[in-house]
Amino acid sequence: MSKKEKKLLWRILVTGVIFGISYPLHLTDILPDILELIIFLTAFIIIGIDILWKAARNITHGQVFDENFLMTIATIGAFCLGDYPEGVVVMLFYQVGELFQSYAVSKSRRSIADLMDIRPDYANVMRDGSLIQVDPEEVQVDDIIIVKPGERIPLDGIVEEGFSSLDTAALTGESAPREVGAGENVISGCINQAGKLTIRVNKAFGQSTVAKILELVENASDKKSKSENFITRFARYYTPLVVIAAALLAVLPPLITGGSFNVWIERALTFLVISCPCALVISVPLSFFGGIGGASKSGVLVKGSNYLEALAGTEIVVFDKTGTLTKGNFVVSEIHSNKMSGQELIRLAAYAEDYSSHPIAMSIKKAYGEDIDTSQIKDITEIAGHGVKAVIAGIALDGTINDREVLAGNTRLMASNHISYDDTASAGTVIHLAVDGEYAGYILIEDEIKQDSRQAILDLKAAGIKQTVMLTGDSDAVGQKVAAAIGLDKAYTQLLPADKVEQLEKLIGSKSQKGMLAFVGDGINDAPVLARADIGIAMGGLGSDAAIEAADVVIMTDEPSKIATIMKISKKTLRIVWQNIIFALGVKGIVLVLGALGFATMWAAVFADVGVSVLAIINAMRALNVKKFNESEDTGNESIVSSKQIA
Amino acid sequence: MKKTIKLQDLDCANCAAKIENAISKLDGVTNVKVNFMSQKMILEAQDDQFDAIIAQAKKVAKKIEPGMIIIV
Repeated sequence: MSKKEKKLLWRILVTGVIFGISYPLHLTDILPDILELIIFLTAFIIIGIDILWKAARNITHGQVFDENFLMTIATIGAFCLGDYPEGVVVMLFYQVGELFQSYAVSKSRRSIADLMDIRPDYANVMRDGSLIQVDPEEVQVDDIIIVKPGERIPLDGIVEEGFSSLDTAALTGESAPREVGAGENVISGCINQAGKLTIRVNKAFGQSTVAKILELVENASDKKSKSENFITRFARYYTPLVVIAAALLAVLPPLITGGSFNVWIERALTFLVISCPCALVISVPLSFFGGIGGASKSGVLVKGSNYLEALAGTEIVVFDKTGTLTKGNFVVSEIHSNKMSGQELIRLAAYAEDYSSHPIAMSIKKAYGEDIDTSQIKDITEIAGHGVKAVIAGIALDGTINDREVLAGNTRLMASNHISYDDTASAGTVIHLAVDGEYAGYILIEDEIKQDSRQAILDLKAAGIKQTVMLTGDSDAVGQKVAAAIGLDKAYTQLLPADKVEQLEKLIGSKSQKGMLAFVGDGINDAPVLARADIGIAMGGLGSDAAIEAADVVIMTDEPSKIATIMKISKKTLRIVWQNIIFALGVKGIVLVLGALGFATMWAAVFADVGVSVLAIINAMRALNVKKFNESEDTGNESIVSSKQIA
Repeated sequence: MKKTIKLQDLDCANCAAKIENAISKLDGVTNVKVNFMSQKMILEAQDDQFDAIIAQAKKVAKKIEPGMIIIV
């Protein structure tokens, strides 16, 4: 609690005690009226002095509809009518509400700050041969820094020396450590868990991952949601309207019916007590703030309250294929050998492709798995656009030297060498092989589907997404196969980057007017599509500046299942926001009506007002708690595993 | 020109909305956002009169929330 809050708490306690003693005396009516007035007035001044002072100051500034001013009128009005306890109690509860608000807001500000506690305090930098500790901002590109176990990596860079595992939980929400060694990129904000790392800095602090993430989260609540704008606009009219209604209520009925002014003025004062819209106005941004904070705890950065709000209305989710639903790495998935063993076929292919660093060649060498004895490779000729021709040494079964000519490549290579080949309709990249002029078989290489892609689509469907679509530049066979394996509704294939935007626009046209379309990509070459979608979601934000820059929502890990997580967080946040709006307005409306009819006293009004504030704020703070979503995901995965085992 | 201004002790969300509304009506202000949760204001205004606008914005904000400390 801050100093200011503590002081207010003391004033509340003192007033509470005075009130607690004097109220029973007031009920028994044993004190003379003037003494009662003095006691209650003392309590009133203790509790309300700052409000009275602000009211006086603001009225000279022409702030008629200022909360302080209205509270002052309501309470002084109560004193004038002889309702001393009411005057004190209204001010007392108003202050209790204020204290609670202030406490809740600073608490949630703090918890977000803790959540984002990734700012490194210092860097150990090598300067003139000795290690010194400096502020991370003073470190320059190409400086050498040392990160000891337990320390936070202060700047992005490349490991020069050392081996360790990094805790990335603060950035990704992922508890599994990441292994790093020499030559690998490391990202600021991670915690070094095991060994000493020597790192060559490749970005200044301002451009580092940590600085970017912090800036992004800190500015997220600047982009306001529609519901926040609605409620501030509402508040602008609500207070004046209630005040005018109160004024009319005080004057008109007694004039028309000739009744007592006192009765109607008392009812009018009840109106003023509930004219403050603060609880409502506070609970909306507080909920979004909590939702955004909770999302970053799960490894998803949302760049604005407006995007968090829009996510809840998503109807169509469009995915890029490579790097989003698939890993973007190529793996040998099938070896089809005509005469020799599969292992022999892959061995020949690996030798033939040895000099190539193309991802396809790499995947074949990886599938072969053994070291390649380059002395056995006698000759390699690369035929651009076709494949390779290689002469590989070998020994025949009878011991004679048996050099073999291997052709490895696509169908064009086979055709140009007049070799008949199996015309596969397989979805993927096919490498055909021929040995000594005879067809030997083929190797199928496919991009791996991410482990949680299928679960991600199931979760999205469960979250109410109407359509899941994939856009890819890949061939139709590959695209359709991946889409079917993952369970997508539609796949549009063989698209050039410009086609993707066009296709996206068609999809945007097909959704309902209020529905939103989210595009999920890796941010590398789909920036125009990310920008065109209602909500652009980029994956693999950790380490990719492009993704962080281009998107509205950044998923720090490579997991598509996080999309459903963020949608659940968004829906929960919106549910809380609307619960608060409806609840607060409902209670205020009822009390206004009851007050006008004379059923609600000032006591009821102030209880309703402060009670609503407190409940709305407690409800809003629930948005920060997203633990549930991460847990339910885990159990979801488990159930899939177990059902597979049964099958 | 765009500037982020810290609003220390901005205690009431409704006042934040009022401040935003009042400053947005000042001459030369192109865009203003008052962020209650992060206690800051982002002010965008024409370059040639930026300092004058900041001074004016300070005055307006002070009127609505006198207890607030404005750090430019």
